[in-house]
Amino acid sequence: MSPMDIQAPAPAMHGALRVRNLTRRFGENTVLDALNLDLAPGSFTALLGRSGSGKTTLLRTLAGLDEVPPEAVLDLPRPAAVVFQEPRLLPWKRVWQNVTLGLLTTGARRRAEQALTEVGLSHRQDVWPATLSGGEAQRAALARALVREPRLLLLDEPFAALDALTRIRMHALVLDLWRHHGPTTLIVTHDVDEAVLLANRVLVLNGGRIAADIPVDLPRPRAHADAGFAALRRRLLAELGVDQKEAA
Amino acid sequence: MPDTQVVAAPRQLAPRASATPLRRAAAPRKPSAARWRRFVSPLVLVLLWQAASMAGLISPRTLAAPTTVLASAWELIETGELPYHLVVSLGRVATGFVIGVTTGALLALAAGLSRRGEEVVDAPMQMLRTMPFLALVPLFILWFGIGETPKIALVALGATFPVYLTLFAGIRGTDPKLAEAAKVFGLDRRGLIRHVILPGALPSALVGLRYALGSAWLSLVIAEQINATAGIGFLVNDAREFLRTDVIVVGLVVYALLGLGADALVRLVERRALAWRPSLLKA
Repeated sequence: MSPMDIQAPAPAMHGALRVRNLTRRFGENTVLDALNLDLAPGSFTALLGRSGSGKTTLLRTLAGLDEVPPEAVLDLPRPAAVVFQEPRLLPWKRVWQNVTLGLLTTGARRRAEQALTEVGLSHRQDVWPATLSGGEAQRAALARALVREPRLLLLDEPFAALDALTRIRMHALVLDLWRHHGPTTLIVTHDVDEAVLLANRVLVLNGGRIAADIPVDLPRPRAHADAGFAALRRRLLAELGVDQKEAA
Repeated sequence: MPDTQVVAAPRQLAPRASATPLRRAAAPRKPSAARWRRFVSPLVLVLLWQAASMAGLISPRTLAAPTTVLASAWELIETGELPYHLVVSLGRVATGFVIGVTTGALLALAAGLSRRGEEVVDAPMQMLRTMPFLALVPLFILWFGIGETPKIALVALGATFPVYLTLFAGIRGTDPKLAEAAKVFGLDRRGLIRHVILPGALPSALVGLRYALGSAWLSLVIAEQINATAGIGFLVNDAREFLRTDVIVVGLVVYALLGLGADALVRLVERRALAWRPSLLKA
């Protein structure tokens, strides 16, 4: 019997995420270098990194969009849902139909209504996506992710394209939904404030590996003015190689 | 200096900001007036034509007067001649159009949805489309004789290429980001084709359908010049033998009206099928 056979089945059902030895190369460029990652069930983790650090590549692999190299080991909670930077709603389907896309269960319409109510968009469920504002469209994208009751929620810079005020509301909404449904959540962002505001753990990706792993145990709701917030922010910016004078 | 700049900036912006709602408010009234104004100059041209004919400046052998054309049209309708030829022409165009659109769509699906299909189908189609298809008339006569077949075949050929090209481009133009999102949310290949690829290709395909209609009419006109014994083209050719310019003009007007009607039909389909498009939502 080979050692492979006596390995326990994937613990993915419990919502824990485990990645071992994940390497991704594009040509000469090593984007992820034998990366290891563990996420506790129901945790909210932020993944920071400069552009080109492989954040999105890692998220795509976790989402099942990219091929997994044979030597890597991945135990991923399923179902997984993704909210992308752009809403990526199908323009030819009404909002509720976008939410139920790919949903095979009965009562999909009713579940879509529930999810849209949760994100505060129940009054817009019958309109075409082109009539939604940027914030509304992203709410619809959140509802589409929620409706599948994901064990793993992947957020790929979901608020980067929104204006500052809308972003504040969306932060509150995401935290609310996370508390209610408790999926293992990973948000990819380049916004240090967003990471500190939302996550209970912040990872910094650098050189294809996790360069820093910092727990965030600030009390919620968090505010930029808190002393702990500012200290953590400085530390993360230093990890990202941003000079304090540049950041000021 | 800095003070004046700060003050100057909003002043520059103010008129621009207020101009937009005004323009928007005026927009709904504009089309009806503009629509009627558009008919003025054609009407003047027809009146000039009538006046020139009555003054003897245009001989009836060159071009019959509008009133003569109208009278002939009425006569042709009353005798049942025009309806008969119209039905024959419509039959040809409908049959050829359906065959052409079906062929074009099937080829585009084969080439658009699979790599192997593209390798097999696309190269010959791209080569053939560069050839003016009306140049095939002599060959078609040799192959299919002078009956209905070469006429329908020519119409079908004319409709095939626009549908093929636009549907193929539409399928290949699918936003990969939407396809990716659909994949994440559990759509399989069939679901992807049905919910993402085909609806996304529809706007382009409908443009192709309009081109195909235009091309089908053109083919019909050419096809009906070859040895036809019925159809609008025959009516026009027959009138030429007897120097009946009035009947020729009636034939031309019928062609134009048919083309217009078909175009309006596709536009109606477009408005219903593409209701989700931002440009149509605002209108």
